[in-house]
Amino acid sequence: MTRSRILTTTGVLALVGIAATVWLGLWVTPNAVNFGDLVRLLYIHPPMAWVAFLAYGMAFLSSLGYLWRRTRDPRLDRLAGASAEVGVVFTGLTLITGSIWGRPTWGVWWTWDPLLTTTALLFVLYLGYLALRRVPGDPEVVARRSAIAALIAFVDVPIVYFSVSWWRSLHQAPTVDLSGRHLYVHGSMAWTLLLGFVSFTLAYAWLTAHRYRLAALADREADEGLRQALDERRAEGEVLV
Amino acid sequence: MAPAVSLREAVALAGHFPLLSGASLEIEEGEVVHLRGPNGAGKTSLLRMLCGLVALHSGSAVVLGHDLALDRRGARRSVGLLGHQSFLYDELTVEENLRYSLRAFGVDPLRAGVAAERLGLGGRLASTQVLKLSAGQRRRTALALLVARDPRLWLLDEPHAGLDQEGRDLLDEIVSESRSDGRTVLLSSHEHERAAPLCDRVIWLAGGRVVKEPVVVA
Amino acid sequence: MRDAWLVAGKDLRIEFRSRVAVNQVIPFAAAVILLFGLALGPSRQVLAPASAGLFWVAVLLSSVLVTQRSFAVEASDGARDALRLSGLDPAGIFLGKALAVAVELLALEALLTFGVAVLYGARLTGALVLFAACVAATVGLAAVGIVYGAVASGLRVRETLLPLLFLPVAAPVLLGATKAWDEALKGTPSGGLGWLSLLAVFAVLYVAIGTVAFGPLLEES
Repeated sequence: MTRSRILTTTGVLALVGIAATVWLGLWVTPNAVNFGDLVRLLYIHPPMAWVAFLAYGMAFLSSLGYLWRRTRDPRLDRLAGASAEVGVVFTGLTLITGSIWGRPTWGVWWTWDPLLTTTALLFVLYLGYLALRRVPGDPEVVARRSAIAALIAFVDVPIVYFSVSWWRSLHQAPTVDLSGRHLYVHGSMAWTLLLGFVSFTLAYAWLTAHRYRLAALADREADEGLRQALDERRAEGEVLV
Repeated sequence: MAPAVSLREAVALAGHFPLLSGASLEIEEGEVVHLRGPNGAGKTSLLRMLCGLVALHSGSAVVLGHDLALDRRGARRSVGLLGHQSFLYDELTVEENLRYSLRAFGVDPLRAGVAAERLGLGGRLASTQVLKLSAGQRRRTALALLVARDPRLWLLDEPHAGLDQEGRDLLDEIVSESRSDGRTVLLSSHEHERAAPLCDRVIWLAGGRVVKEPVVVA
Repeated sequence: MRDAWLVAGKDLRIEFRSRVAVNQVIPFAAAVILLFGLALGPSRQVLAPASAGLFWVAVLLSSVLVTQRSFAVEASDGARDALRLSGLDPAGIFLGKALAVAVELLALEALLTFGVAVLYGARLTGALVLFAACVAATVGLAAVGIVYGAVASGLRVRETLLPLLFLPVAAPVLLGATKAWDEALKGTPSGGLGWLSLLAVFAVLYVAIGTVAFGPLLEES
């Protein structure tokens, strides 16, 4: 199969998978005890959060690879940027679905739960990273400073999570039990959740690949422009020769 | 002996604008070269690339045995640039600036005093903060640093600009001296009459590359 | 290391001469804690328990200014060029600049401590933990600040970009330092020891990253 065929197939599979997850989640799976219809959010919320973390991990690894190899492979930089962008989108979705879950469960849109807080900090952390990427400049310089920023941001993630959960465990005043995590998942529910994870991961791959392709095309266009600019620049000297 | 500077089809970019569009040249150690060309020809860019401030995009560039694609730091330590910006700290005095920079380069800071004296920056001026200096005096301070460092390759970007008559004579004297000391000097200047007697030969730049001597100069 | 002392000495001397820290950053921090007082006060029952958090938010905001200043003194427009041409080891530049920023911040924190004691009525107990938290937190802040300061230096959007990059990363420092101070001010300084080690881990980690990353950042390699 050619690369574009693989890409299309991934996209179709992701779409079908998500559609199936929605169908299974909304119509087939049963209500859960204590949770009612709310449990149906379970099939998309954790997969989205997983994709966000996966995306940041990928951005971190490719940034590390970019800095590690002295050749400074621009493909790794593109991958880091593409992945982080998709990651920010899914972080946003995670926060929104998390709030929707929270409102009926705890009666508030927001609670300072370690995971939620970490996710929110991640959101602003990587918005900063994307803002930095957008500052124009010499492509290699942009790539290098972005890679370093990605490194710093990712190293911060476990520290943030650790400190926030510690902070919460010491101050359990108005306890909101996140019993969603103790939910007994069985039968069709488990399968639907698994399908959710698989199809959202496919969606991540598909979006990132497209974003990557777009960046590669933009780079190619810039290269074409460069060749033209070089010719023009050289022609300036022609008059004098 | 290996040439002091060797460029082959060197391209340097600012964003997507080619500062250098494939410059090739070779300069032997000990040569004093006059860099000429119209505004925007790439003279400043060439000098900035040789001291490692502008990255090499493609082609090759070797300065004093350091390949600029791999080892810009090595090159920087043996190259001295006198550019449009003087890179001095406003709050520090002339002497403090010189001592700091000399220490940074691993040169004996005691040479600061002699060099400052030579450039007419001795006495009261030496302990004056740079922000209180005139443009010409700043330029002299930057030149004093170069004299004290005495690098193997001197890159002088319009060195006569902003100096008074006495300063210009002093500059010419310094360049001649470093020439007889066997230093390599690359000097860009629009003042041909002034630069010509100092230099061994002329390299013409236009459109970001080296060209032959123009038949007609506009 | 020699380079680090050289750079730190130079930065501190410039700061001492220009008095920007004294004339602008300290009054800024004072204004911040005054404004917190207006927003939450005047009851001391509210202010005193919150003083640790307010103190550290004020420090965090001030450290953005100090970091920006640290790069502004480098030959204003050509900061990175000047550092690159200086012939100094990038790791040395990083450590030196971070050290200078840390010293300035520690001086600021000493003054601010008196500020919160007077204005918020915080009782300064557990001095050792208070001090240790200051040192560990400040080293971490300075390290992250200098790396991001170098990332943003030379960009036209640096004033807005630096806080956006810096503040979220510094969140654990704010949390750790605040909690350590809380414990100390409550009179149970031993409860702050865990937070101290968190601050120390953060500091060590980012000093290490900065030392390694500063070379590529200045485009040396």
